[in-house]
Amino acid sequence: MQPALEISGLKKTYKGGFQAVKGLNLTVEQGDFFALLGPNGAGKSTTIGVITSLVNKTQGLVKVFGHDIDKELDKAKSFLGLVPQEFNFNQFEAPMKILVNQAGYYGVPRKIAVQRAEKYLKQLDLWDKCNEPSRNLSGGMKRRLMIARALMHEPKVLILDEPTAGVDIELRRHMWEYLRELNAEGITIILTTHYLEEAEMLCRNIAIIDKGEIVKNTSMKSLLATLHIETFVLDIETSSTTPVLNGFASRLIDEHKLEVDVDKAQSINSVFSQLTEQGITVNSMRNKSNRLEELFVNLTANKTISSVGAVN
Amino acid sequence: MMTFQNRIALSSILHKEVHRFMRIWVQTLVPPAITISLYFVIFGELIGSRIGSMGGFDYMSFIVPGLIMMAVITNSYSNVASSFFSAKWQRNVEEMLVAPVPNWVIVAGYVGGGMARGILVGLIVTLISLLFVDIQIHNIWVIITTVALTSAVFALGGLINAIFAGSYDDISIIPTFILTPLTYLGGVFYSITMLPDFWQGVSQVNPIVYMVNAFRYGFLGVSDVSLTLAFAVILTFIISLFTIAMVLISKGIGLRS
Repeated sequence: MQPALEISGLKKTYKGGFQAVKGLNLTVEQGDFFALLGPNGAGKSTTIGVITSLVNKTQGLVKVFGHDIDKELDKAKSFLGLVPQEFNFNQFEAPMKILVNQAGYYGVPRKIAVQRAEKYLKQLDLWDKCNEPSRNLSGGMKRRLMIARALMHEPKVLILDEPTAGVDIELRRHMWEYLRELNAEGITIILTTHYLEEAEMLCRNIAIIDKGEIVKNTSMKSLLATLHIETFVLDIETSSTTPVLNGFASRLIDEHKLEVDVDKAQSINSVFSQLTEQGITVNSMRNKSNRLEELFVNLTANKTISSVGAVN
Repeated sequence: MMTFQNRIALSSILHKEVHRFMRIWVQTLVPPAITISLYFVIFGELIGSRIGSMGGFDYMSFIVPGLIMMAVITNSYSNVASSFFSAKWQRNVEEMLVAPVPNWVIVAGYVGGGMARGILVGLIVTLISLLFVDIQIHNIWVIITTVALTSAVFALGGLINAIFAGSYDDISIIPTFILTPLTYLGGVFYSITMLPDFWQGVSQVNPIVYMVNAFRYGFLGVSDVSLTLAFAVILTFIISLFTIAMVLISKGIGLRS
């Protein structure tokens, strides 16, 4: 099966000499829910810009469903839907007009475009605002409007550049649900995000990009499996002394909160049994922090250290 | 190639552009109507009555075609310059750039929008002029062809200006320092045959002279320049500016990094 996206040897050097992307290779299979993560300035948006032809590449090959953007750009474009990071619609136009016009650019006849616009505006809870100037929409509504706009020509690949930035938790979860539904319908989704929890919850595969290069490209499952230690926070019944946990590093944060580091080779059952023997009741438990976040920091930090070493 | 898909894309851009200037009609249609009415009152009625005849016609009849053309020129230009620059500024030009819209469709869509505004304003000004003078028509086809081609020239000019512009100031520099002087010196208010030989020669390099005179010929049947030469000049400008606009958009100048 043809990959949804194939990038090889992609390089981009901006005027002034800044090299944003340095020989990037990436393959996204059809139907995937793919995360592209990286710190600010890593080259994520440049890469997306090249794929969607908003940025001229310096070198390399980009294929969308087998269509080379150098040879069959229009064909490649017709497969792609883009939700950019910044609001880039006409703030004076109403959502309905924005959507119908966008469909028109892809050759969708007006009658069909109006029906599709109604469908997506209803699905994304924007129907009651369909004729209001879009500058009056809230930040979350504007984000959803950009998702609706990207879907108007029914693309096979949807690229979302930080789609939930500035969106409150409830709306973010609705958006996640909607993206999952789209993916279940067969749309390949490529997502960049700063919310690492978002990538962990949604994506099956992940590439971490830093300083214009891919530093990790694997499945989310195998990436998370590389974490050796996970810290759990346990809410416990009052304990005035630190419980003794053989084989585990633990810290009593306050009289109701205990932090325990668990190696992935260890069983967490042992923590519970030891606490039970000491007469301590565990009321609830949660992860201390997002595991992916820890990994992300490690990967990008290690690279920084090694590159500094290389210079020295 | 004008495929079904390209036809829809073109009509979408045209629809968007016409809707834009109609939505803000107080800013786009009313001011030129007021400005040109003032010209009619001051130059036509008040001063014109003391000037006497020009080119064999009373002064008011002589300046009407030039004033209509002046409104067409400025509105075709400013419509595309401000609309395209605003699309660049707000980045909604990206809506077209990510879609499979050929560059010529983008150019044709914006130029069509500029022509629509220029011609609509021209019609409004013509209707206003009927309050001041009985308009005679010598050749309606010359009038229609000249106004359509001239509005296309200046819509293309506005597009090129907007492509290069980095700020709103940049889209007012050309109209202020080039377009307005060329229009005022383009034979709107006088016949260039009145000028000394040297200045008549200088006027020959002003393209607006050809447009105003061809348009005036359509109304009055008189022109300071040959009609064939006038159309040749206008068509040369259209071809040149269209080619420049296409090259700029294809290279992504001011649009793609």
